[in-house]
Amino acid sequence: MNKPATAEQPSRFPLRELSLCLALAAAILAVYAIMGGAYSTRMLVEAACYAILALGLTIQWGYAGQFNAGVMGFVALGGVCAMTFSVPVNEAFWASELPFELGRVLLYALAAIVLVWGATRLDRLGVPKTLRTLIAVVLALLLYLVVISLLRGVTDEIESRVGFIGGLGLPTGVGWVVGGALAGGVGYFIGHICLGLRSDYLAIATLGIAEIIKAFLKNSDWLTRGTATVSPLPWPTPGPGELGFVMARSIYLVVTALIIAVIFFLLHRAYNAAWGRTIRAIRDNEISSAAMGKDVNRRRLQIFVLGCILMGIGGAALTSFNSIFDPQGYLPLNHTFLVLVMVILGGPGNNLGTIIGAVLVYLIWIMSEPLALYLMQLASSLGEGLGWVDPADMQSRALQARVLVIGLLITLVLRFAPKGLLPEKVKHHG
Amino acid sequence: MNELVFFINNVVVAGSVTGSIYAIGAVGVTLIFSIMRFAHFAHADMMTFGALMVLVLTTAFPEVGGAVGLPTAVVMLPLAMALTALLAVGIDKGFYKPLRAHGVKPIVMVIGSLGVALILQGLIRLFAGTRAQSLYIAERKEIFRLELPFESVTRPIIVTEPQVILFILTLAAVIGLHLFLNRTRTGKAMRAMSDNPDLARASGINTSRIVTITWIIAGGLAAVAGTLLSLDVAFKPDLSFFLLLPIFAAAIVGGVGHPYGAIAGGFVVGFAETLAVFNWAVLLRPLQQHFPDWLELPRNLAFVGTEYKIVVPFFILVAILVWRPTGIFKGKVI
Repeated sequence: MNKPATAEQPSRFPLRELSLCLALAAAILAVYAIMGGAYSTRMLVEAACYAILALGLTIQWGYAGQFNAGVMGFVALGGVCAMTFSVPVNEAFWASELPFELGRVLLYALAAIVLVWGATRLDRLGVPKTLRTLIAVVLALLLYLVVISLLRGVTDEIESRVGFIGGLGLPTGVGWVVGGALAGGVGYFIGHICLGLRSDYLAIATLGIAEIIKAFLKNSDWLTRGTATVSPLPWPTPGPGELGFVMARSIYLVVTALIIAVIFFLLHRAYNAAWGRTIRAIRDNEISSAAMGKDVNRRRLQIFVLGCILMGIGGAALTSFNSIFDPQGYLPLNHTFLVLVMVILGGPGNNLGTIIGAVLVYLIWIMSEPLALYLMQLASSLGEGLGWVDPADMQSRALQARVLVIGLLITLVLRFAPKGLLPEKVKHHG
Repeated sequence: MNELVFFINNVVVAGSVTGSIYAIGAVGVTLIFSIMRFAHFAHADMMTFGALMVLVLTTAFPEVGGAVGLPTAVVMLPLAMALTALLAVGIDKGFYKPLRAHGVKPIVMVIGSLGVALILQGLIRLFAGTRAQSLYIAERKEIFRLELPFESVTRPIIVTEPQVILFILTLAAVIGLHLFLNRTRTGKAMRAMSDNPDLARASGINTSRIVTITWIIAGGLAAVAGTLLSLDVAFKPDLSFFLLLPIFAAAIVGGVGHPYGAIAGGFVVGFAETLAVFNWAVLLRPLQQHFPDWLELPRNLAFVGTEYKIVVPFFILVAILVWRPTGIFKGKVI
């Protein structure tokens, strides 16, 4: 029985993958038959955008075991970039002296940062370290107050005179790329702080940054028009006005599908390359991989930033498709926990499983909205017969049922199918 | 001197109120952290559940408080604490224990607790709606005005009845917890388990009993914190993640697994929040005449607007993780 160890596994017929794909295709066809082409294509495009988000999360959670609880924040960052770059230029703003004012304040902010950074280096000139820290902190507080009051003046001026600063009128694709880059930058900041520590801290910090990004976008009327929302956002493809809904959405679907295909191919290569093996080795046994001389924190930071970039791109694609930028539309439930369910249900670490999970979960999600409302109406009409008066905020309460379902799904999957529908294939050599 | 009274009302009183609430919440989080080694994301929703129980009981029996001379909500608190403790133990048996039995990584427990948080959120909002509701149903909020015996002060210091109750209850909870952890056998066993679970098990401590007791304490304290928060303002079912961040920040600032640290951390975060949203221009305006002419005070000199309040605990969290990840009191679990 001393067979030579081979790298090749006995090739198994991918029955599970095939049957899942077929079931999914049947479900999609059923939706097409019932709801019509325009609606179903819209659903598919959104599902494709969610698949990009889910791929971002699956490399963080599945490949590296990092839990990002703030997908919503990175989605919103991608969305705001897509909006700012693609929306037409606001002539009133650029014609006034306000751009110079804003630029001046930003220059002051830069100068303040340089000054504070300089103060933290005072100990090299022989200043005692405690005194240096004191000087740096006091200086930072004072300069911050100065800059923030100047900024408040300019932004109030912008809001009252020209509404908001408007967009840059560039092609939508530029916004998507910059959105990914910005999300990656924020991810680098968070990851740099948290990745060397307990894994729980990353979850807490990402949860916090997501709420902060949302609060910033919601209240910065000069940048995003806040609750007034910006619409319509241009598409990278011909809009429905020229081609009709089905055709325009189908072309958009092709674009997102192409992005997914490229990401899928690159991830597949990376997963089997030395880089991917290192990542998985770190996930499975951190100490032994550190002992092998791998730079654990550096690899972790790489994968976290990569995941955040994908989330930024996915968020930008999603926001552009919805054609409206509404900061209040970014909800933890829709943009964090739904993606989490997609990943853990589809199979963390398995890209195909994640994509199937994304489409499947989104299908159920979209179909559950009319179902929940229908059930609530049924309940209240039953209740009327028994003399029960349904509360006024019935609609908003019915939607809370979906929160419950997502929560139940997360806990049940973790308990009964921790590896998901398509488990990650771990090759055992020899 | 009216400005100073304004400062006391808006920073000292308000800061101690939020500080106490965060402190009681953070103690529960830190106890769970030290015994079960995971960040419990459902804690804020457990607080909301406790407050909801008080609301339900107060609506059912609005007249009880008048007979005792306390707000009805406070009379109902012990019952709500028991119910929340029961819920916490039930959640542990139903959701966390099977995961623990599988020996999963702590981060999977964190995701599990997020699932539980969503379940609780969904249930609470399904039954209670999403509106804010006052816990004072049949009574009026008593307001105490303390006049200061100075010529130049015309404004009083304002403290409301729920705030006084809050200070008393916080003090009682802290002293009770201290006595429990230091004087009783169970409390000592709990500390032993947080130090070294294997050693504790080997020396004959029933660890599953300790876990149950931890959940009872954490659930009870969560009910207290949630009720105090709702008494001070109103019952709001949608606070969840906005409460979670300051509470975790408080627990980490104090050193994870360190109950006294969590109390200190709660007050640090609470005061930092109120100091950051306080408009410092109010305090500086009387000194305006001593400033040089070119230095004109802006109208609003707050560090952050109230809409960005959540930035403060996050900033504290980042700062403590960068400079001292073990917290000010050297937490045991990093």
